[in-house]
Order: sequence, then C-alpha cells, then structure tokens
Amino acid sequence: MIDIEEILSTQRMFDQNKLDVRTITMGISLLGCVSSDMKRLCDNIYDTICTKAEHLVETGNDIAREYGVPIVNKRISVTPIALITGGLSESSFVPVARTLQKAADTTGIDIMGGFSALVDRGMTESDRKLIDSIPEALAETQSICSSVAVGSTKGGINMNAVRLMGQIVKKTAELTKDHEAYGCTKLVEFCNAVEDNPFMAGAFHGITQGDTAIHVGVSGPGVVKRALEDVKGAPFEVVAETIKNTAFMITRLGQLVAKTAADRLGAPFGIVDLSLAPTAAVGDSVGQVLEEMGLESVGGPGTTAALALLNDAVKKGGLMASSSVGGLSGAFIPVSEDLGMIQAVQRGSLCLEKLEAMTCVCSVGLDMIAVPGDTTAATISAILADEAAIGMINNKTTATRLIPVPGAKPGDMVHFGGLMGYAPVMDISRFSAQEFIDRGGKIPAPIRSLTN
Amino acid sequence: MKKIVVTVIGADRVGIVAQVARDLADTNINILDISQTIQDGIFSMVLICDMEKASVSLKEFQDKMAQEGKKMGVDARVQLADLFYAMHRI
Repeated sequence: MIDIEEILSTQRMFDQNKLDVRTITMGISLLGCVSSDMKRLCDNIYDTICTKAEHLVETGNDIAREYGVPIVNKRISVTPIALITGGLSESSFVPVARTLQKAADTTGIDIMGGFSALVDRGMTESDRKLIDSIPEALAETQSICSSVAVGSTKGGINMNAVRLMGQIVKKTAELTKDHEAYGCTKLVEFCNAVEDNPFMAGAFHGITQGDTAIHVGVSGPGVVKRALEDVKGAPFEVVAETIKNTAFMITRLGQLVAKTAADRLGAPFGIVDLSLAPTAAVGDSVGQVLEEMGLESVGGPGTTAALALLNDAVKKGGLMASSSVGGLSGAFIPVSEDLGMIQAVQRGSLCLEKLEAMTCVCSVGLDMIAVPGDTTAATISAILADEAAIGMINNKTTATRLIPVPGAKPGDMVHFGGLMGYAPVMDISRFSAQEFIDRGGKIPAPIRSLTN
Repeated sequence: MKKIVVTVIGADRVGIVAQVARDLADTNINILDISQTIQDGIFSMVLICDMEKASVSLKEFQDKMAQEGKKMGVDARVQLADLFYAMHRI
C-alpha cells in the first residue's frame, strides 16, 4: 500500500511546487491531404485535424480531473506544412495557416505547431514559399507556431537558410510591432530538430511517425527545487541523486497521463518529453533550481556546471520512468518564461553570451529572448549560426527564438502574456557579422558525422 | 478493483472521519486503508478505497466530496490511485 506521507507529499508537489503536465500533444500526419488545389488542400487539412483531434481536449480534461493532475495545455503538431504544399502554384501559404487556425478553434486546443520547413541541406520551392509566408501567417493567426530546421550534425548548416531566417525574424517582428513583436514568440529555428517534440514553438509531426501519436511534456522545476532544499550543503553526488529521484517521479506522472490519453484517444503512444519546463510564475523556475545548488545569481560562474549536472540528472532519472523518452528532454532555459532568469537579467548576472554557453549543456537553445529593436537581421542570423554550430558539433538539438522588439532598448520590459511570460530586453553585441552572413552557402557537416 | 485515494486536509474538528466514512458507506465504496495524522492543528487523512461496486461515478463522487469538504471547512479531494503507484513505486 501507498503510505500517507507519499500521498501527502504528492499533493504538496501539485499544490505548492507547481507540478503539472505541461502538455498533451497529438501529432497528426497531413501527408494524406496533399493536393495541387489550395482549397482542396485546406479542406483536407481541416477535416483531418478536426476528425483526429475531436476528443483531445475533452479527454485531456477528463484525465486531469480523474487523476487530480493539472494538464495545462492540449496541443496539436502537424506534418511540416512545406512537405504538403509542393503541388500548389500559389506563392503564399498564408491560407493554410488560416486553415490551421480554424482547426485549432474548432478542436479547442491551445496551440498548434507545424507551419514548418526542414531545410538542413537545401531548400525546395515549397520550403522557400513557406518560409516567406511565415511573417504574415504569424501576424494573422493567434495559436499557430512555426519552425525552420536550418542544420544538422549529418547535414551541416544551410547558411542560405540562416541568412534568410534573420530577415524573416525581423519581418515577423515588424508585422507584429503593435503587439510587442509577439509573432516572434511563435517562431523558432533549429539545428538537429526532433520529430516528436511536444513543446512549442518547435513541435511538428515528423514523417516517420505514422498517422497520429500522443506525446506528453511534463514540468516540475519547483518540485526539483523543493527537493534540493532538503540537501543544502551536501556534495554533488547527493545533488545528482536527489534530482534523479525527483525526475523519476515527475516522468512517471507524464508516462501515466500519456498512456491513458493514448488508450482513450485510440492513438499510439509516442514519447514522454522529460523536460523541466519553467513558467514565469513564482516557484516554477529552472534558474532558481540552479541558484538552490549554490549560485548567488544564475548566470554567474558555476552556472554552466550546475546546468550540466541538472540536465544530465533529469535525463537519467526520467529514462527509467518511461517506456519511451524523446522530444527535447532535459532542462529548458527560456528567459521570458522563467522568473529566476528574468530576475537574473535584471540583476545583471545573466547575459546573452552566458546563455550561449548554457545552451551547450542543456536541451534547448537561446529561447524566448527579447533583444533591442535595432538588432540587424545579420546579427540575428549570426546568433542562429552560433547556436546551430553548437548543436551540429555536439550532436544535440539547439535552437533560437529571438524577439527583436521594434523600438525597445536594453532594460525595457516586454510583456507577452500567458505561458510566454515577460522579458527584459537584453543587451546584444554591437559588432557586425554582415559580411560573414552575406557569404551564404553551406557550412559542411563535421567529421563526427562520419559514424558509419 | 477500482482504487481511489481520498485526501482530506484542513483544520482539525470533531466528526471529519465519521462524515467521510459515512459518505463512502452511502455510495458502497469500500475502505481498504486509512491513515490519519494531526500536525500543528492541521488534520490530514488519506483513505485508499475500492469503488468497483460504487453506486455513483467517479465524477459524481468527486463533486460530492468537494461539497462535503466545503461544509466541513476542509479540502477533500478524490483521485484515481494509479497516480501514486506510478510515482512512488518502481
């Protein structure tokens, strides 16, 4: 039997330490929707999504109620749209984004990801048109997210795409400048993108996954912090064990929810993404977990080591707890979505360069970072190139989600609202990479890609 | 067996255990295990029960206990027990 302390401690995790399931994400294949007629394509997309995901929200709510577990979001990820628009003669795919939004509204889900293109090694005409449609698509819709994969360890980095994406980010910011450039909060660029990520903005349903899949993303930095409070001063092996054990429990929660959802929805169980996903609410911060490990302020010396330990211990603890782990799985460091990170930027201990170092040892990249409005497209591209290089060389996923807020200066505060949180605009290097980015072409795949 | 966990937390007063036990008996839910403790005046009780033969649905019983809890001035929640086994057992 379970004893009373185990049950009460679990209730405290939900009530006091902000434990929740961040998302149930249903991946849906749209490959069968292909058509050379825009209206037909959009109708197929709408019907497919609304049929497959008809009971997603209701099921999520039922599971939340029956198990007493908050399930914060129900989401959908779809086949990267650029893969199904190749037959169209139109040059803009904004109508497809509008259709996705309609489907999101009908199914009642929170966010949909997949208005995406995968251009690691080269760009088709369809990829190009999709990418060019992104700024308008994100300005016109509310719940649709977009991602572009620009490189991989096996493929190298597509520097033409990197150059283009800097311009696309700027254009997206410009088109949503009356709303704090929030279009950019829905756009992410990847290196080594994963097909089964349940989190946004980078979720898409990879083509190897069949018709549907159910993925769950858990959350729980507050629970980890609370557990670490009991081992103050203890040596690092104890810290690692504590995090591992906590990650195990958190992941088991995700596994239970994922399996139950998959059974009830008649869709295959995909993965549990055992990421510590923070929010800007009090007590839900990865930054504060790092500070609990003994740092005066996250971003100061020791931060990279602390994050490396955290990321690794989370994976080890979670791996045992799930039959199928995937997605990004590790620790997230989104600045605007983490109160500890926000405060660290305001204190002056966390800068962009330190964040770049941290991305070498955690599971995402430079995420939800507001930068000054006069940041050039070339600089954004160059930062993306840096992140892509880190991912490519180290065989890990990296990404950038930068938000150049028109008119904003370092120190200003930008409010995105909801899970997106709020962000202090960060200082960025004034030195130019224009000539570097203008070259275009491809950075070849590194020698470590030759693993055969 | 359809195992559920009833958790009751709140300010201590006479009659809580009796009322919860009454609600369970009335709905034909069998108590498998009870633990209760009082710390700093806070009453905490956990019952592991079997609602296989219950006369109400889980949702109905959840709503009932939430109401009963309010009347008694405590937080009374009901959830499927699988959650705790999943998190606390290998």
